[in-house]
Amino acid sequence: MIGITLALGIALGYAAIHFKVEGNPLAAQIDALLPQTQCAQCGYPGCKPYAEAVASGAAEINLCTPGGDEGAHKLAELLGREFKPHGGPVVEKVKVVALIDEQTCIGCTLCIQACPVDAIVGAAKQMHTVIAPICTGCELCLPPCPVDCISLIAEPRTPQNWRWKYPVTGLKVVA
Amino acid sequence: MSLPHLFRFPGGIQPDAHKKESSEQPIRPVPLPARLAVPLVQSSQGSARTIVTVGDKVLKGQCIGEAEGNAGTAIHAPTSGRVTEIGRYPMAHPSGLDTLAIVIEPDGEERWIAREPLDMASASHEELILRVQASGIVGMGGAAFPSHIKANSKIDTLIINGAECEPWISCDDRLMRERSADIVTGARILRRLTGARRVLIGIEDNKPEAITAMKLVVQAAADDGGEISVITVPTRYPTGGQKQLIRVLTGFEIASNQRSSSFGVQCFNVGTAHAVCRALVHGEAMVSRVVTVTGNVEHPGNYEVLLGTAVADLIELCVAKPGTERTLMGGPLMGFTLPRLDAPITKSSNCIIAASNTLFPPAPPEQPCIRCGSCAQSCPTGLLPFELYWSSRAKNYDGAVHYNISECIECGCCAYVCPAHIPLVDYFRFAKSEIRARNQEKRAADQARARFEARSARLERDKAEKAARLTAKAAETRAALAANKDAATDANDAALIAAAVARTQAQSQAQPPASGQNGGATPPEPSI
Ligand code: SF4
Ligand code: SF4
Repeated sequence: MIGITLALGIALGYAAIHFKVEGNPLAAQIDALLPQTQCAQCGYPGCKPYAEAVASGAAEINLCTPGGDEGAHKLAELLGREFKPHGGPVVEKVKVVALIDEQTCIGCTLCIQACPVDAIVGAAKQMHTVIAPICTGCELCLPPCPVDCISLIAEPRTPQNWRWKYPVTGLKVVA
Repeated sequence: MSLPHLFRFPGGIQPDAHKKESSEQPIRPVPLPARLAVPLVQSSQGSARTIVTVGDKVLKGQCIGEAEGNAGTAIHAPTSGRVTEIGRYPMAHPSGLDTLAIVIEPDGEERWIAREPLDMASASHEELILRVQASGIVGMGGAAFPSHIKANSKIDTLIINGAECEPWISCDDRLMRERSADIVTGARILRRLTGARRVLIGIEDNKPEAITAMKLVVQAAADDGGEISVITVPTRYPTGGQKQLIRVLTGFEIASNQRSSSFGVQCFNVGTAHAVCRALVHGEAMVSRVVTVTGNVEHPGNYEVLLGTAVADLIELCVAKPGTERTLMGGPLMGFTLPRLDAPITKSSNCIIAASNTLFPPAPPEQPCIRCGSCAQSCPTGLLPFELYWSSRAKNYDGAVHYNISECIECGCCAYVCPAHIPLVDYFRFAKSEIRARNQEKRAADQARARFEARSARLERDKAEKAARLTAKAAETRAALAANKDAATDANDAALIAAAVARTQAQSQAQPPASGQNGGATPPEPSI
């Protein structure tokens, strides 16, 4: 008995040291469900910090605006918590990307510092531009711009991102 | 030459062929339209880069767009004339979206640019492949996959697809009857490029004239090394699907995420083989294709259509009869309703059908699925369409993926046999595009996460480096001070302090009255 206890103890101790999971696995699972817009509208500086806060129980599950109710449902399911609707207004999800009006841009680099995913390129006193495929549409670059030259535009429709409509089912006429 | 054993794929249907409407007339030319709009994107994998500007005079067959990247294919002026515009024009796509196109106004002379055939005997493999790419050749059966990529793989069996299984379409049939020599030459070139041991030309048994014509050429020409055989396959939709024809001829079953070349098989459409011959042996880039125009029109038939001709022009030429409700591109089963008739003919448009309610009665209202299982019996890929339908209808995309929706070739067999008239393919197309969008979103999210983390790490590192620099500097200053300590006297210290105070006062006096930030309200303190 003592032998078994010792053997298992050693095995477990070994496992605890050698197979230690890096980081917080729950936070990573939550992070995987978040939209990664990095917009900070939840009050945390990015999706990962919010995921960590949710994992530790410090934050509610319904603070993510881009994720909306659908995202809150997914989190509720993962965590076994009760679903809470997202408080804010429900906005129709349209993917937007930032666009810098290159004529107006003065090259102040403020937007570059604000962008959470390094999607803006440019240098001091040089025109800046947004790398559209990387932009998450988080809007964080809008407020710092001193000349208001950044706008959000709907992502252009291409055959690659165009979707077929849900088939319209004919209504049956009764009586 | 022994006939190879033929295999079978599950399911399939035998709808009315409706081929005779268009297949009995020879291929006819189309009068030059007033305008040709050639889209830059003509292949499924890449696009072309414009090399002409508005106002340029171009000759027929002159390159107007170079292949962009390895997978791109070039585009050429379909006739001689002037480039009048490079702008956005509708594309032949169910979305009706528009895309960049080069617009050419024909001068009516149809003057070819100097044609430079390749000397087949001396040309190297690389030269031939480059020429295939530079001639803008893509799969003409519908998928528009760049042919130079397919032809650049080493395989055992080359399949030339002349099955043409979809009802109403007859362009490949006519091509095989009239231009069999070119097709066989093209097949030979493709065999040389791929190093295939044997070439199988598969034709459905409802095209006896085409089979005879092809057999004649194959037998007449002295065979240079490999075996070319024309194989008659039973008529059953969708035998002409690439996967299905490969299955029938070789027995290989290829999943959606596998390449046929890894099984030693490659499949080209007869039109593609013909285009390869024109490009390499005759030096003619791909500027036109044979298109079937049929359905509710006065003059159905097959036409040699310049790329960029608007569908509306073709319909006008063939005179749509009253009662035409919509226009289909492709066949009635795999094709789609064109949202706009000003869309151009592209390298992969094989058929235009004017649809009337008598020829193509609108589907009766959808009824609940009665779980009869007919759809599963008809599916050529062995899927369970009713399961896919329930998942797609409920927007349960994980369920659809679980039942392998990605293997669905959208052939329409299941919807054709469904007694409840459920537009199954519509549901599958919807679910597939949603799944694709979700995957794209997922990829974008992963990328954003990685970039955010990289940025956070960089900011952290910068902060740490700055802190380290400051600490080092502070330590240095302290060390210097400590070294000076012994030498410095109290008087010395006092003198230093006085000097510093004087400096500060001088600075504050030199500053102009603060303006802007505090409105210039507070003048600086007068110095003592
Ligand atoms: S054929 Fe139609 S009714 Fe029959 S099982 Fe399939 S979907 Fe249901
Ligand atoms: S459309 Fe898809 S599910 Fe229906 S029969 Fe064809 S391959 Fe099978």
